[in-house]
Parts: sequence; C-alpha cells; structure tokens
Amino acid sequence: MSKPRIKITGGRLLDPHNRLDAELDLCIAEGRIAAIGDTDDDFSSDVEIDASGLCIIPGLIDLCARLREPGLEFKASIDSECRAAAAGGITTLCCPPDTNPVIDTPAVIELIHHRARQVGAARVVGLGALTHNLDGVHLSEMAALQQAGCIGVSNARTPLASTLIERRAFEYAATFGLTVYLHADDAALSANGCLHEGRVSTRLGLPGIPEAAETVAVARDLALIQQTGVRAHFGRLTTERAVRMVARAQFDGVPVSADAAIPYLYLSELDAADFGGDYHFMPPLRTPEDRDGLLQGLRNATLSAICSDHQPHEADAKLAPFPATQPGASGLDSLLPLTLKLAQDAHLPLADAIARLTCGPAQILNLPYGELGIGRAADICIFDPGALWRLDSATMHSQGKNTPFRGWEMPGKVRYTLRDGLIIYSGD
Amino acid sequence: MSRANLQITDEGKLRHFLSTEGLTHALLSEILDTAESFAGVTEQSVKKVPLLRGRTIVNLFFEASTRTRTTFELAAKRLSADVLNINVEASATVKGETLLDTLRNLEAMHVDMFVVRHCDSGTAHFIARHVQPHVSVINAGDGGHAHPTQAMLDMFTIRREKGADFGRLRVAIVGDIAHSRVARSQIHALNLLNTGEVRVIAPRTLLPAHVESLGVKVYHDLRDGLRDVDVVIMLRLQNERMKGAMLPSEHEYFQLYGLTEEKLSMASPDVTVMHPGPINRGVEMDSQVADGPRSVILQQVTYGIAVRMAVMSMAMQQRPSLETHV
Repeated sequence: MSKPRIKITGGRLLDPHNRLDAELDLCIAEGRIAAIGDTDDDFSSDVEIDASGLCIIPGLIDLCARLREPGLEFKASIDSECRAAAAGGITTLCCPPDTNPVIDTPAVIELIHHRARQVGAARVVGLGALTHNLDGVHLSEMAALQQAGCIGVSNARTPLASTLIERRAFEYAATFGLTVYLHADDAALSANGCLHEGRVSTRLGLPGIPEAAETVAVARDLALIQQTGVRAHFGRLTTERAVRMVARAQFDGVPVSADAAIPYLYLSELDAADFGGDYHFMPPLRTPEDRDGLLQGLRNATLSAICSDHQPHEADAKLAPFPATQPGASGLDSLLPLTLKLAQDAHLPLADAIARLTCGPAQILNLPYGELGIGRAADICIFDPGALWRLDSATMHSQGKNTPFRGWEMPGKVRYTLRDGLIIYSGD
Repeated sequence: MSRANLQITDEGKLRHFLSTEGLTHALLSEILDTAESFAGVTEQSVKKVPLLRGRTIVNLFFEASTRTRTTFELAAKRLSADVLNINVEASATVKGETLLDTLRNLEAMHVDMFVVRHCDSGTAHFIARHVQPHVSVINAGDGGHAHPTQAMLDMFTIRREKGADFGRLRVAIVGDIAHSRVARSQIHALNLLNTGEVRVIAPRTLLPAHVESLGVKVYHDLRDGLRDVDVVIMLRLQNERMKGAMLPSEHEYFQLYGLTEEKLSMASPDVTVMHPGPINRGVEMDSQVADGPRSVILQQVTYGIAVRMAVMSMAMQQRPSLETHV
C-alpha cells in the first residue's frame, strides 16, 4: 500500500459527532480510520505520532473559501490556498462559483478538482453557478455540473434578476436534489453601500447597507424555499433578525440551514470607524447586538457551521480609501484558533465549537467527513491547545495577508493535518 | 483615537486638517483667531504675506469644483506659496494608476502640502496616512464625510455675526443632511464650540440613520425647527436627489423646506441666513431671502479665503523639517 499505517497515541480525542472526548489512541490504515481506543497492540504502524498534550479532532471543513483560481491568480492559487488550509487543520474546502471563468461548465470544476489533486493538500469541493455566468437570468446546466462533481449550486454574491427566476432556479435545483447556497442580500437595498447603515456610516458619511438588505432577502428566499421545497443554505448571515427568521423557519420544518463567518463573530461596524480597509466586508460588519445574535444562533444551533469566508487579496486591494478597497479577509489561518477562542471566551462549549467546524458543515454539504468513525476517511487535525501565537504576515500561510486580526494572539497551534490518511501538514 | 492623532501633533498643534471631528475647542478657536488676522490682509491693497514663500501646494481635485478650488488657490497665493492645480479625474487614475502612485509621483516633485477633494469618504485620511512626514494634507471634501474648511468658514461667519459666545446660540441646518459632508463638519464644529443647540431639519429620506447620535435635535417640520433660532444654514440639494426616490418633486420640497420670509419669521428677529453655495433659487430658498438683509452668503465666500489661509499656515508651521527647507 502507498498509504502509511499510522498510529496516533496519547492525545485527547474530541469528536462531537460521536460524542467522544477522552484520551484515546487512533489507528489509520489504507487512508481510513481502522481503530479507536482499545487499539490492537500488534497494529504495525509505519508512522507513530505522539500526541501527548495535543487534541485530535476531525479535519475541519470550511464552507466558503475563495481560492482565486482560475482567474485571479495574482491574489492566490489553488496550490497556495490548499497548503494554507492544511496548515490550518482544514481538510475540505468548499469554493463558491465566482471564479473566472465562472464554475458554470463541467470543465471548470474538473480543472479545480484536478489542480487540487495535483497539490495533494486539502480536498476541494465546489459549488456550481445557479445561472449561466452568474448573470442572474439564464439557468446553468445544473445536472451536468452535478455529474461533474459540484456538490451544490449558488449564485455567489451576484443577485438574481427576479423572484420568478429565483423560483425557477430553486425548482430546477430541487429536481436533482441539489442544495442551493444563498447570499442573503437585496441588491436594491444594498446598492453602492460599503458599511452597515448605522451610527458609524452616518459619522463617516459612507453609503450604508441597511439591516433590511439581509432580512428582506431572507424573507423572500424562505418563501420560495417553502414554495419549491428545495434544500437551501444561508451562508454568512450577519444580523440578529435574520438568524431569528431562520430559526423560526427551521422550527416550522423548512429544509434550511445557515452559517456564520469568523469576522462577524468578533468585529462590528465600530471597528471600521477609522476607515480601515481591513474592516471592509460584504455583507458589512454589523452592530455589536447583531454579533451577539450570531453567537446566540451558534449556541442554539440555528447556525450549524462556522466558516472562514476566506477572501485572499493582493496588498494593493486594501491600499485605497475605504469605499475603493476590496471587501473580505484572508481567513484560513485563523479559522481554528478563532473558533477555539469562542470556547475559551465561554461563548460556546468546546465540543459545540468543534462541531461547527466539522460535523456541522459536513451535514450541510452532505459529505461523509467531519467525524472519526471507524471506516471513515482519515481526515484529522491534531493541535496543541496550549500554544499561543501571533497572527501576522510572517506566520500566515495563505498568499493573502489581508486580515483584521493582525497582531491578535491566537490560541491553538496545528501540529499535524491528515487527509485520507496522508500527512498533508506537520509543523511545530 | 488615531483619527485625532493623525491631525494633531504630540504638542496638540494642527498637522493635517482632515475633519473637525476629533479636534479641540482650543484648536478651532486658534483657527478662527488666525483667520481674523488674515481677514485684514485680504482687505489690503497688497494682499500678500510671505509666510509660505518657497512652498509648493498642490490642489489635488478628483471631483469638479470651482469655488472651493479657487478660494484655496487664492489663499495659497496670498501666503506667497507656489500653487499647482491638478484635476486628476482627467488624467492619471483613469489609466489604471492607483491613488498611491499619483501621490508618490507628486511627492517626488517636492510638494509641501496637498489640498484634496475626492468622491470617496476617507480619502484625505488615507492620503494623510501615506504621505511623507513633512507633507501636510488639507481635506477639501471627501465623499459624504467631511469638508472642514467650509465648516470653519461658517463658524467664522457666525462668530463675526453673533460674537464668540456660541453657548447662547440656536443653529438649525436644513436640507440634505444624509449626503452632506458640509453638514457633518458643521455639526462637529458647532458642538466643539459648545453651541447651545444644534438642530437638523429635513424629511426622513434626507436624514442619515441615527442622526441624533451626532449631537443634534431632529425636526421634520421647518416652522417648528426654525422657532427662535439665531442661525439658519441651508444646504444645497443635489439635482440627482430629485431623480431618485428621495423626494417627489422640487415643488413639494420648496413648499415644505424652502426658506421664505414668511417661514423665517418664526426665527429670532436678528437671525442670520447662511448657505455654502451654489444656491438653487426657488428650491432651497426664495431669492428674497437669499438676497435679503439677513443673508451673509457672499461674506461666507470672502471669509473662506482667510480661513483657508489660517489652516494652511497653521498646518505648515508644524512640519517637522520646516527649517531645512528654507
């Protein structure tokens, strides 16, 4: 066999899906988990990893990461970002379809899969475009995209031209059991805005994006989800009200899930008060009350995943007056530590925090990862929970160094990352 | 906060002039006092002082402007500085050069001060953060954020009309507060000068979210809002606001918010009427009011030169390497 037999000993194994939290050994053979706990003493391993003092968790699944390839390789590449993901303990990345060209033909998703396999670090899954070239008007060939491996469809951050097109797109996706990934934004309400409409946008004289840009879209989308029965996922909700609307829909049995992205869990409009381009996000950072609403949504599992919303940029993209900067932050390096910090700060029990990065997103994507069951693919992250480090350009693995968390102290350092039983990252 | 630190030296002096927000009562008073001393210069037959001889000031305008640019140019010339007018809209950035490239190129020509106007809020702050330490930046208007020299010439006008005690004054600002950088800078300046009461008067579509958080009382009815005020500042209504869904028509706007002699009778008898210009007669105000005895609109323009001379000379005196350049 080309894949090594690996034994991981002495670590604290945390697997929220299987409700495990104990010091357990773990054996890997043929890329899969062969044994947990009472491991066979005569399991002959090629590699033994001493995980004493370390935590062993399922490899992380990032629901939204832009790899910038094809089309924007001056920002980042599949090579650079899949390696950065591995260094961050991430074993599966889901990339939205707004590449250039757009993921609206099998050729583009096949190219992305091929490049990711060549790199051999994190695994990449992709969302197909909901409409041709994301034009918001013409449905894409969703069946062909699904056959080529797209695990869902999305129109990324581009609006659909009408509610009728949205309805047809949902119906067509539902035909093939495809999940629709939604960016909740009413384009007319958010037009030209670059900051949450509130005290800070008023002081800075920046065009604001009202809360209603999100809640109006969620209300409309929920109505069409109910009408069509499509399975849908709201990515990166930012307002407390939208979270409550989704919670209500879930209670009513609507097949809908939602996530939050790391920046919105730590930052608010107040952080942009100094025109710092690193705080330019789309959707925008909201109020501290909204941030609390998101944390509440994570606690009660309305939001079943946390993603990085990784958007690596070249330095020039942020070197401009605030409205002219490009939105988004590079987030692969800080996904695990800033999720662990949520537990540290008592916002979320540790097992729930890890669940939001593992079995939570796995369930949304309907993928057999994010847990450490016997026979499952050996996707594993081993980290030192006691290690503290500082995030800066030198410690970041992503090609994009744009982050609002520069200089922050990060808890938890990844020591090993395994994907399909292969060690794709080891560091100290 | 770093907003303030960016504009002020460690000794509390003016280094850049980006926004009235974050400055101090003392600094605003110093600007007004200095402007008072220059007001005499502009009335002399030889209208020049040699304070900035040998300095190069660049008017870097990314947005069209006649009045503001002209008064900055006159102010610089009366301080004996060399002035360069650059209309960037028509040149470099169109070709893909970034703002920072433009800046570096101009800096390489040994410029001492940038006077900047740009359609994006935050541009002057951005430039101030990236210029070499000996270069000063004056904000001549950035998006909807700030237009501090306009606000200071308005404060100067009020002080000349009403005296230095702002505490007993009620000031009302009428019109498109939401999109007005002038209004924001005026509100901060009025509050820093301890104005008794600052009011804004407008329909909801022309008020920004949480406008009261700027330190103003909100009125939707012009007559109510004008009651007993000592100063009325009318804002210019951009034509494009009419075309969107902000307002139904010029006619209705004038009916409700246009300043007429009749509505003005609600105010204090010696009320002063101001407008940053240019006026839309018959939209924001009646010609009778604009040209009437209470209007100081033309004085505002004249004072603009003295105030800009004051700000330029103050900022230039704080340059760390001033001596080596002489």
